[in-house]
Amino acid sequence: MWHQGRAWFIGADIDTDQIMPTPYLALRTNEDLGRHVLSGNDPAWPGRFAPGDVLFAGANFGCGSSREHAPRGLKGAGIACVVAPSFARIFFRNAINIGLPLLILPEVQTGAGGEPVWVDSESGQVRRSAEGPVLQGAKPPGIIRDILAHGGLMPYVKARSAAVSTV
Amino acid sequence: MTITEKIIASHADLPRVRPGDFVEARVDQTWSDDLGSPLTMGLLEEHGLKVWDPSRMFVTSMVNSPAQSIQTATVLKSIRRLTGKLEIPHYEMGKAAIHNALGIEIGKTLPGELIAGGNSHACMAGGLGCFATGMGSTDIAAILATGRTWLEVPRTIRFRFVGKLRPWVTGKDLMLHVIGRIGFSGADNAAMEFCGEPIDTLEVEERLSMTNMAIEAGAQNAIIEPDAKTLAYVDKIAQRAFTPVYGDRDAEISEEHVIDVSELEPVIALPSLPSNTRPLTAVKGIRFDQVYIGSCTNGWMTDMRVAASILKGRKVSDALRVIIIPSTAQIHRQCVEEGLAQVFLEAGCAFSMPTCGPCIGAHMGILAEGERCLSTSNRNFPGRQGHVKSETYLCNPAVAAATAVKGELCGPDDL
Repeated sequence: MWHQGRAWFIGADIDTDQIMPTPYLALRTNEDLGRHVLSGNDPAWPGRFAPGDVLFAGANFGCGSSREHAPRGLKGAGIACVVAPSFARIFFRNAINIGLPLLILPEVQTGAGGEPVWVDSESGQVRRSAEGPVLQGAKPPGIIRDILAHGGLMPYVKARSAAVSTV
Repeated sequence: MTITEKIIASHADLPRVRPGDFVEARVDQTWSDDLGSPLTMGLLEEHGLKVWDPSRMFVTSMVNSPAQSIQTATVLKSIRRLTGKLEIPHYEMGKAAIHNALGIEIGKTLPGELIAGGNSHACMAGGLGCFATGMGSTDIAAILATGRTWLEVPRTIRFRFVGKLRPWVTGKDLMLHVIGRIGFSGADNAAMEFCGEPIDTLEVEERLSMTNMAIEAGAQNAIIEPDAKTLAYVDKIAQRAFTPVYGDRDAEISEEHVIDVSELEPVIALPSLPSNTRPLTAVKGIRFDQVYIGSCTNGWMTDMRVAASILKGRKVSDALRVIIIPSTAQIHRQCVEEGLAQVFLEAGCAFSMPTCGPCIGAHMGILAEGERCLSTSNRNFPGRQGHVKSETYLCNPAVAAATAVKGELCGPDDL
């Protein structure tokens, strides 16, 4: 399903310390974390984002610390999808686990920032303009699509494991 | 199959697995710190889920402990409540340790086991011959509820070391050299396997310093097949029966790097990626505001003894401040018993109880704008240890101790 949002662009090797700096790790809600997201890269970032925005990053986005506060902050700031040529493995799991779609697109995208963009994270497609060509990214593997379809890992685990005991 | 594939296959109850397979595997041990565990345990509470086996989990309050603000005190209080409710073992200051080190110290990460810890440096345990990987809070919550996790079987990149190590070249230097060579995401999602005579000669704790930093090359895990030294190390502390696993001689691997260590010097990683490495002689003379010896990477007893051997009878330079922090409460006590604490204090170092504080820029050594730290920890990202315009350089404990004395970057032979 195509989603239209505003595009923002950031470089390669953005680590999770930059996405969510240590002083904010005691914050609990996605919304509170979202007010500081990417401030370790540039303090101006959080003020730019609005619900539905799409973040385009260079390779290896989310490298470093396993802190789940990083994808939670992106989600809390309203980011609807992150697009990058590659994601660090733990960040990738964390984002899928909390229901933040990621899209792997081989080409690095750049731009001024704020312009409209269309993404379809299920089919792995991106369009930079309403009538422009479709850029084909990777279609996520089955288990990733399953987890996202359930809205994240906890609902997925609850739904499919009869062995899980609830209190 | 490689050792990594064999461990995953046995825990997924499959006769064999191949790189790229998605499997569901049993987890032998998991843990979490005071950053991730409130999220993890909060999810269990929110979804009304029970813990599958509390003895397979522990929580340490180490990063922001002792509480450094009312906000973190409140988080630590919530951890006490949640661990009590879920009957999960909880280690606090005085008994605690940096969690990645604690699992090893208390004999809960063992050869042949499958370990998933709630921290990116959980991969350190692979130095004992287990499959160990780091995960986030929701993954750990799902493991707590089910005892299982999903994994993509990694391809194996083997690093075969040859030659004889020169003095003051440690496991840390081998790993920094590898990361500098293959790049910051050079082992993306892969298993890094280390072997060869130089690895055999390393102390077990130096091997752990290597596997600790696998995540700095993007790897899923790093692993060293257990030898007699490993088994002697874990036999003393093992809390469960275990079966060492070894790879097949004809196992398929995706790459092999042969690395001759004969000419290798101590390695320094310059800001602001662990892959930005130089040999020590190329960057000697750099001045620092702070030297930090500790963290899960290099806060082991082996590291404390090396640092003390250089600091004994010497004073640290007035040009900088020095912080020494053992990884665990037990190592802290042992430093006192062996007289190392006395050496550190007489040299003019601050010698602290265990905490992750300075490594992660949480407390006990945060850097101001423009300040520069030489650190034995594992990361030198922008702003990692404090202000976004501070700088961190990475090195081994011998170089850190020598630099502390001279006041500028040098090796022990320069004193």
